[in-house]
Amino acid sequence: MQTFSHILKHHFEVDPDRVCLYILQTNQPDYPITYRDLIRGAAGYAKTFENNGIQPGEVIILILQHGIDLVYAYFGAILHGAIPSIMPFLTEKLLPERYRADLASLISITRPVGIVTYKEFDDVVRSALLPGDSVRKIFISAEIDPPCDPEFGRLHGLKRISGDVVLLQHSSGTTGLQKGVALSHQAVLNQLESYGTELGLNEKDVIVSWLPLYHDMGLIACFILPVLLRIPLVLLSPFDWIRAPYRLLQAVSDYKGTLSWLPNFAYNFCAQKVRDRNLDGVDLSSWRAVINCSEPMYLESHLAFYERFKGIGLKHGALATCYAMAENVFAVTQGGIKEPIMIDEIDRDGLQMENIARGALPGKPSVKIMSAGKPLAGVKVQIVNNKGKTLSDRKIGEIAINSNCMLNGYYNRPDITEKSFLNGWYLTGDFGYSVQEQVFVTGRKKDLIIVGGKNIYPQDIEQLAMEVSGVHPGRVVVFGVTNEELGTEDVVLIAEVHTEDPEERERISDLIRQTVTRGSAIALRQVVMVGKKWLIKTSSGKIARQANRKKYLEELGINS
Amino acid sequence: MTLEIKSKLANYIANEILKQPERNIDFQVALISSGLVDSFSLIDLALYVEDEFGVHIDDSELNASTFDSIDQLTDLIKKRS
Repeated sequence: MQTFSHILKHHFEVDPDRVCLYILQTNQPDYPITYRDLIRGAAGYAKTFENNGIQPGEVIILILQHGIDLVYAYFGAILHGAIPSIMPFLTEKLLPERYRADLASLISITRPVGIVTYKEFDDVVRSALLPGDSVRKIFISAEIDPPCDPEFGRLHGLKRISGDVVLLQHSSGTTGLQKGVALSHQAVLNQLESYGTELGLNEKDVIVSWLPLYHDMGLIACFILPVLLRIPLVLLSPFDWIRAPYRLLQAVSDYKGTLSWLPNFAYNFCAQKVRDRNLDGVDLSSWRAVINCSEPMYLESHLAFYERFKGIGLKHGALATCYAMAENVFAVTQGGIKEPIMIDEIDRDGLQMENIARGALPGKPSVKIMSAGKPLAGVKVQIVNNKGKTLSDRKIGEIAINSNCMLNGYYNRPDITEKSFLNGWYLTGDFGYSVQEQVFVTGRKKDLIIVGGKNIYPQDIEQLAMEVSGVHPGRVVVFGVTNEELGTEDVVLIAEVHTEDPEERERISDLIRQTVTRGSAIALRQVVMVGKKWLIKTSSGKIARQANRKKYLEELGINS
Repeated sequence: MTLEIKSKLANYIANEILKQPERNIDFQVALISSGLVDSFSLIDLALYVEDEFGVHIDDSELNASTFDSIDQLTDLIKKRS
């Protein structure tokens, strides 16, 4: 079966009464959806798209909360042969003006023809549109055709071919929204085949997830994979989970969940914030893999999670690791499924100063690094130096990949697509090393910050801070600093200001926090005001993020 | 009593959530809708209120429409204790 629509049609015909997913929401009964429901709901959307002149191959942006409308709209676009992309919903703290600017920047590059949203959000979306832009129609979810039996003979999705783009994935922020990863049916299906094999998927499996669907881990591993491969999915909302992390554990227990994916911080978050009274009757013995993915992984986080929940059935062998990116659909490597996670104890100085991962030396400081596992079938990984030359085992360099599930390109961005490849290898921007087939990720070449699995581009935040009066334009730097307690990165901002007055500095710093939060929905952990000429610039006059990060850690970090 | 609750809350937020012990937090200032207390820290605030004042705030109530400022949170605590 070559496309998503062929697979959905097959499930509809062969196993219509099978529950495909359960939607769990606070204060509402669990809501099961069968394949019949899913495809009928999606067919309503497909019909509406057809009746409004949306052509196959055109892009539709979905701006909907986590829930049934989003699920139907997503697969409706696919059945129609259109290309869905989910844009995060406006949160209460984000300024509508900023959201509009982000949406406008998405529209300018991706050129969608339709947007699906709620009636009450129609005005915000409309205000982001410009005369002559690509958007022809805003679809209001309440006005979509009701669920109906699909007319398979007329569905354009069944006429798509395997090399066609099936979906786009964006990360958040102005920069992320201008880089849509375009994936073909073939690439996604190749990934599902090799990843399914690596995971050893079987008929007892149940996936439980709270992850947002606009992110590759949530979208691919915890939405597309289960729906297409007929693994029951229990879907919680990220909004509910962050306020009540125990709900994930209860759902695993109630539904005998076997597989979940979590960003590293979630291990710490669950271990620290779940109360015993919320674990009454909870049994985690069905969990066969809890897969750590999408931000730097820490052994301490795994240990804290295991210690906290081993008493209620969590198996040590369930802890697993993964290295993934949207550009490879999702997983590049997977560890901890067929064999325990390899833990490599290496010499710290070698890692930090010599780019070598040599074994720990007696009496010298060392670091324990968890392997991200071995590459999936169909995926090749090599470590390269800055000239693209392959490095041998234990030498640290950039991770490059080549696979049968690579992106078609960044949508409408041939310029950055071309720059991302070297001789057919995709340069990930991550640093790491290999030991035989095991891949270890040690850091990042890009200035990207990852907080709770969410990618943050520092330039977006710097731009916001420079709008604050009292801050010198071009004199702001943003970077990430590891927070071991939280198991993720903290975002630190340093700004040069002219004033020495502490009260005035506090006022500016508060204003920066407020502007950044309302402009990006990102909370800054630390805002530091420094005097003129504190920040290090490159010879071309740009702020050097890594050099300033180092200076911060040496001079100021101690007091943080 | 009321002032004591407010001061304790302000201290907790400055010390434990914002990690800025020197900072004074106005009792009327918006905490949640302004993003001062981010979603990751809401549960900490709820757990603190429970431990310190014996008042339970359900996770479904952790949003700006239930309380947004220290004044409003204090009212909620007093109403329930």
